[in-house]
Amino acid sequence: MRVIDKRARLGRRLFLRSAATAVPATALATAGIDAPAEAANAEVLKPDTMATLVRMSRDLYPHDRLATRYYIKACATFDEKAAADATVRAMLDEGAATLDAASQARFRRAYRDVPQETDRVALLEGIRETPFLNKVRSDLVVSLYNQPDLWQRFGYEGSSFEHGGYINRGFDDIDWLPQS
Amino acid sequence: MAQFDLNDDGVVVIVGSGAGGGTLGNELAQRGIKVVILEAGARNEIPDFINDEWESFAQLAWTDMRTTGGTFRLARDFPNLPAWIVKSVGGTTTHWAGASLRFQAHEFKVRSTYGELAGANLLDWPLTLAELEPWYDRAESKMGVTGTHGIPRLPGNNNFKVMAAGAAKLGYREVHTGNMAINSRPRDGRGSCQQIGFCFQGCKSGAKWSTLYTEIPKGEETGRLEVRPNAMVARIEHDDAGKVTGVLYVDEGGRMQRQRARVVAVAGNSLESPRLLLNSASSKFPDGLANSSGQVGRNYMRHTTATVYAAFERPVHMFRGTTMAGIIRDESKNDPSRGFVGGYEMETLSLGLPFMAAFVNPGAWGRDYASILDDYANLAGMWIVGEDMPQADNRITLDPHEKDRNGLPVAHVAFSDHPNDVAMREHGFRQGSAVYEAVGATRVIRTPPYPSTHNLGTNRMSERPRDGVVNRFGQTHDIPNLFVSDGSQFTSGAGCNPTLTIVALAMRQAEHIAERMGRREI
Ligand SMILES: Cc1cc2nc3c(=O)[nH]c(=O)nc-3n(C[C@H](O)[C@H](O)[C@H](O)COP(=O)(O)OP(=O)(O)OC[C@H]3O[C@@H](n4cnc5c(N)ncnc54)[C@H](O)[C@@H]3O)c2cc1C
Ligand code: SF4
Repeated sequence: MRVIDKRARLGRRLFLRSAATAVPATALATAGIDAPAEAANAEVLKPDTMATLVRMSRDLYPHDRLATRYYIKACATFDEKAAADATVRAMLDEGAATLDAASQARFRRAYRDVPQETDRVALLEGIRETPFLNKVRSDLVVSLYNQPDLWQRFGYEGSSFEHGGYINRGFDDIDWLPQS
Repeated sequence: MAQFDLNDDGVVVIVGSGAGGGTLGNELAQRGIKVVILEAGARNEIPDFINDEWESFAQLAWTDMRTTGGTFRLARDFPNLPAWIVKSVGGTTTHWAGASLRFQAHEFKVRSTYGELAGANLLDWPLTLAELEPWYDRAESKMGVTGTHGIPRLPGNNNFKVMAAGAAKLGYREVHTGNMAINSRPRDGRGSCQQIGFCFQGCKSGAKWSTLYTEIPKGEETGRLEVRPNAMVARIEHDDAGKVTGVLYVDEGGRMQRQRARVVAVAGNSLESPRLLLNSASSKFPDGLANSSGQVGRNYMRHTTATVYAAFERPVHMFRGTTMAGIIRDESKNDPSRGFVGGYEMETLSLGLPFMAAFVNPGAWGRDYASILDDYANLAGMWIVGEDMPQADNRITLDPHEKDRNGLPVAHVAFSDHPNDVAMREHGFRQGSAVYEAVGATRVIRTPPYPSTHNLGTNRMSERPRDGVVNRFGQTHDIPNLFVSDGSQFTSGAGCNPTLTIVALAMRQAEHIAERMGRREI
């Protein structure tokens, strides 16, 4: 059967939001090195908030095969929404600060500097039902998985009509089922 | 193309251009009757369709405000998206998957067959399968349903093959690629299915039947059908004698217009149709039009649904090819020994990665959740669609606070499962899991109901006026020239997809309206 190559394609042009971040992040990625959470650009949100959101996004939706640049791109939506709506901006800045405060109290460091994922997840569990976490979770479930660039990494092929559908591209090519 | 005057009081006005409204409009026009279809959505044609789930959703779906209540999980996960239905010319037949099944005889006689069930507001239809059979026949021919009229079935895709192999191991007998209103070979001026896999996003090859490019252009060719897009009907008006005289609607430019009418037929889907009747309350009809029974908006049904996804060692690529061409019918019988009345179908289903992320377990996060998506290429999926019990308090009401941009109260949708629904869903989850485990599934995922795609029953048919809103022809008991022409007429939901029945009823209704107009009775 026709299978999909899920490996990352390195050296591809990256689409980060602002030129300021795109340059270093692209340079890093083409060198095979990922961008750190701090590379996320924030024009409206505090830089700390943005870096926290990027760390949170991986902890909420952990896909070890995905480089941080995908999470950075997914989080760009938060800066855009904060720019358009002051209450969103306040919710995100305050939510991130509250999370950091809880982390300081428990682990003596900022949330994103807590080394163990299980510890960071415990902090997120502590804010499970808050409007902040719900906002981050529900926006990200769209902005992360709706990036056509990463679909192939999950084995999803996206738009198909321009390729003539799957009628000649493996709609029925499964070859491992037991014969009945 | 016809263009009728706003003051032309000889036209039939139809609200909505979907399965019910689009079909009725064409059938009336073919019989020489002048028709104006008012459609709230825009006119998006085949070239406009997009093979991208969220973009397509933004283009076609009804995203205007709605609110929710009751205990169903959707009220928590998607409080403003109780239903997944369309606002566009063609209505939800742009989004639909094409599964076209007939009701079984007992599904018209639910009260007599299932008996008295606590909490359920069961009623027999004032109609039998035998009476509807000739219309099912015509509807299947119109829609080009595979497996009927000598039309071959579609080829099975990977997702079907997995389900069929599991079904065979379990000993299920009635397993095939379904009765689909999708061309398996060219027919009726439309090509055959290219296995594009975006059936839910509007079929770019036109192989799948939709009123948008079948009924509506055919009606327009007669010169007697006018479709006005971006026309949101706000109110149905009546005279002192209690007959309807026309409708008020908001046009493209936001202006209120009055279209006069000889007959009004409401086909806005089961959330908007009762909303419109309730919003049309007047001093003569203070509880809303056609609501002397108090049943308008009640008995809302959405089918007992659930999805089983299963992960395998090797890839499936369930998203390739026709979304819903695959069915196991063995559980559709009524066999109360299973612990519930009524039955259900198991049908193949797949979502693309973006929708999978949003719907596989709404609200979930963390490694357990993410690992489902890591397995995306290796998943198979099936949808369980079964009969749910009508309940008087599962209902559409006018929201006391929220209004739309025209100042009209929006629909509030309250729904709670009946114990029969819960028992049936559990059975479906178990059987669906067993199907996949029989062919080596390494993990089975139970996905809760999606925003409702099948919305039924809120203006139900009844023999006696006090039990329902419309009679056996969809004519309201209270107002002779006011009809209901969509799935809201359903007295019960049956254990199968509803659209074939909506179309059959609309065709039958068209003949009835034409005859009565010919005799000047309406
Ligand atoms: C993803 C998906 C898959 C589906 N698959 C299947 C399937 O395989 N088989 C099956 O049988 N069914 C399927 N369905 C369900 C099927 O599409 C519906 O049952 C059917 O289209 C309902 O027909 P209707 O006439 O009641 O309403 P619709 O087709 O929804 O049409 C109603 C129209 O009325 C318009 N309208 C509403 N209010 C107003 C107003 N006040 N003024 C003007 N216009 C208004 C709406 O904009 C809409 O266009 C599916 C649905 C979805 C969403
Ligand atoms: S799979 Fe077939 S029916 Fe579905 S969108 Fe593609 S061509 Fe149309």
